[in-house]
Amino acid sequence: MADPLISLDGIEKVFDVRRRVGLMRREKRQVRAVDGISFEVARGEVVGYIGPNGAGKSTTIKMLTGILTPSGGRLRVAGIDPARERMRLAHRIGVVFGQRTTLWWDLPLKDSYGLMRRMYRIPPARFEQNMERCVEQLDLAALLDVPVRQLSLGQRMRGDIAAALLHDPEVLYLDEPTIGLDVVSKARVRAFLRQLNEELGTTVLLTTHDLQDIEQLCERVMVIDHGRLMYDGALGGLHAMGEGERTLVVDLERELAPVEVPGARVVKVEGARQWLAFPAGESAAPLVAEVAGRYPLLDLSVREPDIEDVIARMYAGRG
Amino acid sequence: MADVTGVGGEAVEVRVVSGDVRDVREVRGVVPWGGRAREGLRGYRLIVAMWIRSTMAYRASFLLAAFGNAVISLLDFVAIAVMFSHIDALGGFTLPEIALLYGSCSVSLGLADLFLGNTDRIGVRIRDGSLDTMLVRPVPVLAQVAADRFALRRLGRITQGLAVMTWGISVLEVDWTAGKVLLVPVMVVAGAAIFAAVLVAGAAFQFIAGDAAEVQNSFTYGGCTMLQYPPTVFGRDLLRGVTFVVPLAFVNWLPALYVLGRPVPLGLPQWTAFLSPLVAFLLFLPASLAWRAGVRSYRSTGS
Repeated sequence: MADPLISLDGIEKVFDVRRRVGLMRREKRQVRAVDGISFEVARGEVVGYIGPNGAGKSTTIKMLTGILTPSGGRLRVAGIDPARERMRLAHRIGVVFGQRTTLWWDLPLKDSYGLMRRMYRIPPARFEQNMERCVEQLDLAALLDVPVRQLSLGQRMRGDIAAALLHDPEVLYLDEPTIGLDVVSKARVRAFLRQLNEELGTTVLLTTHDLQDIEQLCERVMVIDHGRLMYDGALGGLHAMGEGERTLVVDLERELAPVEVPGARVVKVEGARQWLAFPAGESAAPLVAEVAGRYPLLDLSVREPDIEDVIARMYAGRG
Repeated sequence: MADVTGVGGEAVEVRVVSGDVRDVREVRGVVPWGGRAREGLRGYRLIVAMWIRSTMAYRASFLLAAFGNAVISLLDFVAIAVMFSHIDALGGFTLPEIALLYGSCSVSLGLADLFLGNTDRIGVRIRDGSLDTMLVRPVPVLAQVAADRFALRRLGRITQGLAVMTWGISVLEVDWTAGKVLLVPVMVVAGAAIFAAVLVAGAAFQFIAGDAAEVQNSFTYGGCTMLQYPPTVFGRDLLRGVTFVVPLAFVNWLPALYVLGRPVPLGLPQWTAFLSPLVAFLLFLPASLAWRAGVRSYRSTGS
């Protein structure tokens, strides 16, 4: 890859964990949270970084932002060694933590943005332009005067994403950006990120548990488990490796025997509600039509396989 | 795009806006050792200004808090004054003399508390991982931690200390020399710097021991309570400890005793009364090294 924006070469992060054994003695144990990861990301890519809890996703992101110092390996972001030149790097990256806000809790949103402008020395014209863009696309106009602590999770997340972009970062890291958001908020965040990447060419690296985030945003997926990179490639390849199943949940008018439709099997029945599994690659439409035509259908929903599921199948398929 | 270094080695930032992709990149020159301090001060000013603005949005609440703060610390001195209605001297010191000791260390601690007081909250930030958000901003973490929730109401303690000190000095019949006149402000400022160094070292220690804030408080608030009383009431071992180990005696004891024309404790030569600024500087070196080591060892949390 010519001139990668992000490059990791054999990156490791080892934590010393001290555990009390008996009254005074302490046992020291080493945990390899990240165990020799290498990859490169080119300018303008949108990459999904997935894996089960505790796989080392957040630890990797924290090394890429300079929060944590790697225990070994070579790491460069925009030519900068993050841990050594954290402040210099800060001007070139944007970071969104799904679990915590980078905004000032007690201040109105716009005061936080004003402080960001000065802190990052954003030229006024540029700041206006970026604010306008974010306020419009993330629908922030009504929230600007509200203290951050009064915002809902979805509103706060939109506020945080805007804050991470005001200084025109070349790369945007998002750690679980859609966690806890409702469907509408998720859709809005995804649409915004897509537009950001298309219009400004911002490189995006995101961790998520939501397979839809990956499907709708990322051309490239990396799967990490036990601190190692297990897969790096297109999403299609991941599906092929661990063919998942989607679930159609149907609410019928009354309790009935398990429905029988081609291309799906009932995996669970609970009163008038039934769960039908069907291959993830197939469309749900013919199945829905079939069920609606033959049974007294009240309501339905489609559930995507979650990432743990796909990964579990991937391992099963490999082993 | 080449690296650009400004006059005097100052970091210069160049933003290049190119074409329709609106690709904005930034080139910064090498940041020299002074650059970091300057960036820190700048960031500190920005954050403090924001907190003052937000405090002033509730002016009445601020005035009440500052007033309450001053009254509470004033009552503290009233307690000592009441004690003197039964005795004439404490450890050989009169009430106005104790007022000088009390007031000067109150102002010193008040200043350190005003400018760096929130560093003891860093333990919470380390434990819950919210220090992460400070580490991704282009401002030194120490400046952000120190400026976090900057509280002007702490001016209350400084005002009280100044009042007590001024009263003491006006009542005392000091044989003023140029050196003594100079020493009074130097004592207060250097004392504040010594407390500040203790706060920074304490904050650094919290990277290793999560709830070290109490240890830190015992040196700052506890230390100040001790320094309010004349050294003659304490044992020699304690005096040695606060002179040579954690040199809190340089906050006010040594300089104030010189101003009062009394012998410097532990039989030290008179000129040691002027060493406070040097002591503060020497304390800052290990404190700032410890701070850097602390930030480097930061482990964040699991998510």
